[in-house]
Amino acid sequence: MTDLTREQKLELYRYMRLNRVVEERLVNLYRQGKVVGGLYRSLGQEATSVGSAYALKKGDIVGPLIRNMGVVLVMGYSARDVMTQYMARGTSPSGGKDCNLHFGRPERGVISPISMLGALIPVMAGIALAGRMQKKDLVAMTWIGDGGTSTGAFHEGLNFAAVQKLPLVVVAENNGWAYSTPFKKQTASRNLVDKAIAYGIPGEQVDGNDVLAVHGAARRAVDHARAGGGPTLIEAMTYRMKGHAEHDAQAYVPKEELEEWRQRDPLERYARELVASAAANVDELAAIDRSVSDEIDREVEAAEKSPLPSPEDALKNVYAAGIPDGEPAPVRRNS
Amino acid sequence: MSSAPHFGGTDTGAPTVKGQTTYVDAIRDGLREEMARDPSVFLLGEDIGVYGGAFKVTDGLIAEFGEERVIDTPISETAIVGAAVGAAMMGMRPVAEMQFIDFISCAFDMITNFAAKSRYRTGVGVPLVIRGPSGGGVHGGPFHSQNPEAYFAHTPGLKVVQPATAYDAKGLIKAAIRDDDPVLFFEHKFLYRRIKEELPTEDYIVPIGKAAVRRQGRDLSIITYGAMMWTALEAAKTLEAEGIDAEVVDLRTLFPMDETTVLESVAKTNKAILLHEATRTGGIGAEIAAVLSERCFEYLDGPLMRVTAPDTPVPYSPPLEEFFLPNAEKVCRAARALVAY
Repeated sequence: MTDLTREQKLELYRYMRLNRVVEERLVNLYRQGKVVGGLYRSLGQEATSVGSAYALKKGDIVGPLIRNMGVVLVMGYSARDVMTQYMARGTSPSGGKDCNLHFGRPERGVISPISMLGALIPVMAGIALAGRMQKKDLVAMTWIGDGGTSTGAFHEGLNFAAVQKLPLVVVAENNGWAYSTPFKKQTASRNLVDKAIAYGIPGEQVDGNDVLAVHGAARRAVDHARAGGGPTLIEAMTYRMKGHAEHDAQAYVPKEELEEWRQRDPLERYARELVASAAANVDELAAIDRSVSDEIDREVEAAEKSPLPSPEDALKNVYAAGIPDGEPAPVRRNS
Repeated sequence: MSSAPHFGGTDTGAPTVKGQTTYVDAIRDGLREEMARDPSVFLLGEDIGVYGGAFKVTDGLIAEFGEERVIDTPISETAIVGAAVGAAMMGMRPVAEMQFIDFISCAFDMITNFAAKSRYRTGVGVPLVIRGPSGGGVHGGPFHSQNPEAYFAHTPGLKVVQPATAYDAKGLIKAAIRDDDPVLFFEHKFLYRRIKEELPTEDYIVPIGKAAVRRQGRDLSIITYGAMMWTALEAAKTLEAEGIDAEVVDLRTLFPMDETTVLESVAKTNKAILLHEATRTGGIGAEIAAVLSERCFEYLDGPLMRVTAPDTPVPYSPPLEEFFLPNAEKVCRAARALVAY
């Protein structure tokens, strides 16, 4: 089913644990009032982010959304990068200009999302187009929620990528909820993957809480894209275990549904599988957990010591050259 | 395109020497030269390849550069601009065509949220150009006649240019392509084949952010841009016969605006008319009035007067559209009132 080595399987586990613990620490910081603005969790969706991004290689470029913590970690951003972002520090990847996971640079393999859902899909199509024009071995991958598939940009981007046969993989994370809106109020389609038919591209539905299954589907899509076959739409079936953001107690979510998905927790499930398949023993996994925890202790400490940006930085980098002068002096007639 | 005369009469004041480069050819020549100079420059848009574009701006370029660099897209302004944004982030220099500039509204999010804010919030520049035919006078109706420049001049991170002459059309499209930030290039469809002039054979650009004084005058300044520059010149000619000496300032770039040239002109004439084809409220004229009030107050000897289209959609039927559009007579009326003030 998978050609991953034991080391790679353990690395997947480590990234999933890192994803989860970074967010747990962020919750602590949020409660201490140190996070500026909202905090968006990906609890229960770690396998989707980590498993899909792990199918890429150096030179590929991703466009993650705010719940794709695991993606930016797999792409090499650090826990400190994420912490400084959430604490609005001047040392954060966006220099305090934008929030949460809104950061990235093509040379780091990550394109920053904007808050308008669906918008990344045409942009990532453009990344893939440029890669092809520049004769680069480049696959672009991006993520969209069930809610985001209702946007016009989703359609336009996927349609354009399909027509141009661009090396683009779109992972639709069906986590059941778009803020408080359930899947059935979002679309009359039975499955998100059905939409692939409309674009004339391959689609694959996968258990989004099974990291190896996600990785396998992503690998097939990435290989297909790299071989010139064009885009693929993957639907990862998962569940949003927290509210839209930390302020949202998700009172609209049926308790029994949450409990049912709690039984399918992707991290616990993967740990059990690793042990059952003798890929790892309990002690090895515990050692990974400790190392992740220690790493994050250091990262939080460093992030908290990071300075806030200088106020006048607000005027910088609007243009490549020349800062707009907001308050020029009046010209006096007799002076 | 209709041949009906507009902008206040048949005499646009445009040079009419034969055998020279039209406004539309100037844009195409600019695109071609930049594509030949820089392999990262490419074009994308609806019907721009095989068909050569609805107004033939890109005519022949697909034969010259191939379909990889002249891309016919689906009817998808969001995809066109979105893909251009992504490609620009990768170091390409895309030039996206809006078949009519009215359709730029379909790509508003990509332009104002993705392209405009990218450098500021992530440090990643987006050197793209979005160009297309704007403006009325051809009975195109509410959705083929608009002048949406003010929406974009209001968005930090974008540059907005609008050439009035063939020389500027070529020089500004080349400057726009070479610029490291997103540039919106508003062509005026009425000018495409109505004006022509002799252009230099050597490579040149018109720098973004530089206005031009098209006519020197003492009594008042008509500050304008785009096709209305010709209307201003026509009005100035009429006014001259009445003993009124009008200066005409062609902004060429709407953002970042050349405040120095505007201020110098008004400091000399002490009176100003702000003329544009776009509608009145929140238009570029309002911004210039604010700049003059803030920075040039002590030089003003009269009210800042706007001559613009009224605050309505662009109407279709000829009598309605003629009533709607500013023309030389409306400029003259405002000028007489201002001089008498």
